[in-house]
Amino acid sequence: MNLDAFAGCLSSASCLITQTSAGLIIGMLLFLVACGVTLIFGVLGVINFAHGAFYMLGAYLALTAYQLTDSYLAAVLCAAAGVGLFGVAFDRLFMSRVYNSNVLMQLLVCYAFVLILDDAVKMIWGAEFQSMGMPAVFALRPLHVFGGLVPPFYVFLVAVTVAIAIALGGLIERTLFGKIVRAAAVNRQMVSALGINTSLLYASVFGLGALLAGAAGALAAPVRSATPGMGVSILIESFIVTVIGGMGSIAGAFTAAVLLGLVRSFGSIGFPLFTDGLMFGLMVIVLLIRPQGLFARGSA
Amino acid sequence: MVDSGFGRPVFGSPGRRSVLKAGLVAGATLSMPFVARGASKQPIRIGQPSILSGRLAQLGISSRNAAQMVVDAFNAAGGLDGRTIELISRDSKGKPDEAARVVRELINNDGCQIILDSEASSGAFAVQEVVRETGTLCIHADSETTSLTADPKIRAPNAFRCARQVLHDSIVGGSYAAGIAKAQGLKRWMTCSPDYVYGRDSSSEFLDYLKMFEPSVEAVGATWPKLFAPDYTENVTRILETKPQALYSALYSGDLVSFIDQGNLYGLFDQVKFFAINMADYTTLHAVKKLPAGIYSCNRYLSTFPATKSNAEWSAAYDKRYNVLPLNWAWQNALAMQFLVEAIKKTGSDDGKVLAGALRGMTVESPFGAKGTVTMRAEDQTIVDYAIGWGVTIPQAPFVEGMQAADWTVIAARETEWKKQKGWA
Repeated sequence: MNLDAFAGCLSSASCLITQTSAGLIIGMLLFLVACGVTLIFGVLGVINFAHGAFYMLGAYLALTAYQLTDSYLAAVLCAAAGVGLFGVAFDRLFMSRVYNSNVLMQLLVCYAFVLILDDAVKMIWGAEFQSMGMPAVFALRPLHVFGGLVPPFYVFLVAVTVAIAIALGGLIERTLFGKIVRAAAVNRQMVSALGINTSLLYASVFGLGALLAGAAGALAAPVRSATPGMGVSILIESFIVTVIGGMGSIAGAFTAAVLLGLVRSFGSIGFPLFTDGLMFGLMVIVLLIRPQGLFARGSA
Repeated sequence: MVDSGFGRPVFGSPGRRSVLKAGLVAGATLSMPFVARGASKQPIRIGQPSILSGRLAQLGISSRNAAQMVVDAFNAAGGLDGRTIELISRDSKGKPDEAARVVRELINNDGCQIILDSEASSGAFAVQEVVRETGTLCIHADSETTSLTADPKIRAPNAFRCARQVLHDSIVGGSYAAGIAKAQGLKRWMTCSPDYVYGRDSSSEFLDYLKMFEPSVEAVGATWPKLFAPDYTENVTRILETKPQALYSALYSGDLVSFIDQGNLYGLFDQVKFFAINMADYTTLHAVKKLPAGIYSCNRYLSTFPATKSNAEWSAAYDKRYNVLPLNWAWQNALAMQFLVEAIKKTGSDDGKVLAGALRGMTVESPFGAKGTVTMRAEDQTIVDYAIGWGVTIPQAPFVEGMQAADWTVIAARETEWKKQKGWA
């Protein structure tokens, strides 16, 4: 514990800028993964334990697309679309069969796919780690803001994620699709009784969740080396985000992800040996005060 | 005995023909012992637990590749009176409990008489406890943690180490870094190493020797990312806030690549002198797309250090066979297997105790020796006289230049001193 350093950081503009931007970065990637988890759970009632594997798949698809096209934009789009389509297929062929099964069966199916996807990645891309490297357009010196350092790539990453969050919020709150999704989250039988193709709806939601995970993997690829099994750690953190934010709440996932990112970045200054502990501590406090999570409606 | 009911036993009592056959076989075996040897020409099974998947898969893959080259050469030359070596590699996925399970399986189910342990330190300590219990001969070929063989309480009589050692690297690194610190006035130092036994030992021993050789140096902070951490932003920003003049890191492999990629975004390496002990390994050097010039690194494996024909040839042979350049783990495993093969040839045996006796104090000619040979020191069953040096990275091949070779007399003297302080000598 280093309270002097922590206090010093809070009173220094440069430290505040650097650590806040670092916290946002950690939080934004978490949000993209966590909002897929929360969206799928909110509508389908399924906890997708394979979501981390989708993130991994996104990173690898982006890597290949980038190598083929030399365009980072194409890499992100290919990865997001590819994983989204994979998510639709995964839902229709496998997950749809266990919608009404107990959570253990769902866990089993998801875990099987985590292992299968890890092995498939090893067979296709190799077992060794791979690195995309920073696209030339972002290989710039960090920006100096009030003495703090902010990498241009991270500015882009935060902007893209905030744009996705706003678009997602708009999609859910202001479109017919969003209304149907919200209705299905409350009463799926009634939605079905109204003649809406719920199979298509569920596949769309699953695909959207997978697409977001794929996009997160692609956005992380320039700075995180890709390796089989890389989705496990982010999945654990995204579950914490989902629990803190409230299962099924996009706004909750966003807030919790940012909160967690800031806890990690500022925690590394004041409590460098206890940053993981702080993260779980925050989750425990939220569970004690508001068991359903910060933004979820109703009881847990 | 089971009786058929017709007065003649079905099982249990040998007939005249069976007795005659058995007698002939026994007689032939005793009069012609080579027949017995021929009949028991089963391969010598060597089990290799390692990490073959995940971010550290290159550890296991390069270890297996290098050991297999030596095995193939031994088998092609006729083996031990026709007995070949069979190398059985298994994936522990980098989990210590899985490593222990895999080793037991290799010994009990696969009948391995020898274990070539190609685990990272976290798994090697688990393997050590299994082989201590079973008494199986073991050579640790990837764990660099000093205490594995230096601490008498952890050391086992049937376990050897054929890998570089943190203490050796720290003495050399500390001495090298002290020279640079003195010349460039680097007083404020920080460390960023993986949060497990290897990373902690490496950082603390490096700093100890740095301070010993240059007492004006001050350690101003440390940050400990988890092994295989996906994100190092919090570590990078903590380093930036602490404002050290120099940074030491024992991160390696994909973790080091991610750290450098993320550090580059903040211009970290323009602000601190970076001493990355594990940088100079080909996969890492190739994987970093924007390798900052001027990173100080120890030689993990370089085909240009030691600058000998045999080292370059070994590297070329490995590259030709696997289409990839060898890594630090490759030379260690090649050498470990060479020690085993030499011991098998010397004793004509595959018995663990006999081989252990031969290995103690054995010296072999090797491309990886500081002066062409490497010795398995008898007193602590670990290798000495292997090539260690530090140099500076450059963005293109040969990637590291200005290598300064270590002096093993200095290493040995400091090591003895250190062991006395610990009460281990």
